[in-house]
Amino acid sequence: MILYILCFILFLVGLFGAITRRNVIKIVLGICIMEYSLNLLLILIGYMEDGVSPIVVKGGESNFVDPLPQAMVITVIVIGLATTAMLLAIAIRLYKKHGTFDIRQIKNLKG
Amino acid sequence: MEAILAVIIILMIAGSIYTLHARDLLSAVISYGITGFGLVICFLLLKAPDLAIAQLVVEIITLIIMIAVIRISTRKDLTEKTTIRVEGERYVNLRSVVYFVTGGVFILGFLYFFIQATSVLDPFGVHSVRMASVYIEQGVDLTGAHNLVAGVLFDFRAFDTLGEATILITAVIGVLTVLRLKGKK
Repeated sequence: MILYILCFILFLVGLFGAITRRNVIKIVLGICIMEYSLNLLLILIGYMEDGVSPIVVKGGESNFVDPLPQAMVITVIVIGLATTAMLLAIAIRLYKKHGTFDIRQIKNLKG
Repeated sequence: MEAILAVIIILMIAGSIYTLHARDLLSAVISYGITGFGLVICFLLLKAPDLAIAQLVVEIITLIIMIAVIRISTRKDLTEKTTIRVEGERYVNLRSVVYFVTGGVFILGFLYFFIQATSVLDPFGVHSVRMASVYIEQGVDLTGAHNLVAGVLFDFRAFDTLGEATILITAVIGVLTVLRLKGKK
């Protein structure tokens, strides 16, 4: 249970950063930290004590950890890379247009 | 096992807190690497080698992209003081009060949902395989893949992987569009 709580604290750190920072890069970093904690939580749920990694070997043990969350989290990791690249592209675009990363000075969002 | 994982996750939390408080954006990005590589070690300890490889590659690519972004822009972070000095007297900055109150409200809301969600979960280390029992028993015969994660990813749930590829292509098109567009003056 302590691991779930630590994972949740990691999520909250990312959420706090995404809400309270005014630098666009810091907001992107906060969102990435939230995504990491979610991946970790899913894998923690699928873990079994004394389990082995889900690769079938002839004559080996069959006490595998759950392969389903692992397959799903691989998808999430790759999608996370795509969203991070998209966010950073928008950030660099904003910097070229406004000359700052401050979200308070980026007021003119139209056009 | 649980103690080692707890130490690594506490290190990750410390790294992410420093990430959000660093004055230099470059050191923020580098300390963000602590979180990512700690996650790689957690995946290895939790018996997920495929995930560790994927996370390692993704982490390095993200670090390179972020350092490239910071190189062509600025390294300075925008600091905000919680108190303002006006004519010698100190006032509390109202904006930071609003930020912290909003953060507190969000954190309390998520705490409620977290308690609701974890009350139905098994404790750590005990997991009853429900959905994946078919994959474990018949996966090798049905797919021919000895790595069950690859079998699930590319055979049982291949449409998920197709959707993932679609999202990836959409993101690449979006990045190209955003970076090539000429802005209006």
